[in-house]
Amino acid sequence: TVASTSAAVPFWRSAGITYVAYSSVCANLLRNCLKEPHKSEALTREKVHISRSKWADGKPQKPSLRLDTPED
Amino acid sequence: MFRRATSLLARPIISSARARTRPFSTDLPATEAGDSNFIENWKKLIPNIDPPKTPLSFMQPRPPTPSSIPTKLTVNFVLPYASELASKEVDMIIIPATTGHMGVLPGHVATIAELKPGVMSVHEGNDTTKYFVSSGFAFIHANSFADVIAVEAVPLDHIDQSLVQKGLAEFTQKLSSASTDLEKAEAQIGVDVHSALNAALTG
Repeated sequence: TVASTSAAVPFWRSAGITYVAYSSVCANLLRNCLKEPHKSEALTREKVHISRSKWADGKPQKPSLRLDTPED
Repeated sequence: MFRRATSLLARPIISSARARTRPFSTDLPATEAGDSNFIENWKKLIPNIDPPKTPLSFMQPRPPTPSSIPTKLTVNFVLPYASELASKEVDMIIIPATTGHMGVLPGHVATIAELKPGVMSVHEGNDTTKYFVSSGFAFIHANSFADVIAVEAVPLDHIDQSLVQKGLAEFTQKLSSASTDLEKAEAQIGVDVHSALNAALTG
């Protein structure tokens, strides 16, 4: 794995977190420390929309995980 | 598609036995000599049609590195959802690199710096604008252009101090009670970000 090379790795890499995950955690923590109204604006920005569906016979089956409705 | 056009056009139209041999790819010039060569040859042979544009002509060339150090640093500070500073000419920026706060002046050596959560300050004359950057990268080019990219960056007055202190206390507590590597790492990230925020607000 990347963490097992001899180069010094940051603590989050050796714990199994990728840079992208680390960066989004940092951004999320920052957003939660903002004053209103900036906080609610920022939190709308972090919504991630995922729709996952398995494929069989070349056709998508019913999506199992759908996050395109904003949650409160 | 037109990379070999210059050599193909330079071939004699009536092919003789000698000219029939195709050039090997290793005989071609390593880099494109520039569109001008191709366009000249095109115009000679096909004067009625405009020469086609190559992808290179659509790209804006990077401003060349001037021989004397410029007086101002041009900063592009971008976020995923907005362009905070676009080609702004400033005197200096201080970026929170993982290796420590780094001051960037015009004529700085070309550097790529990973940023840690911290304050970036932009100095223009007597004004200083400070942003808290969550993480990102700074690319400093040899021609005194600096591109700073961050996932999230806010002016310091958007930050709520009480939330920062609450968060710091919460994550310090989580860090002491963490058991797995992953929990420890997550708590450590929380402590790092909140202490950087605290330092930004009080410092």
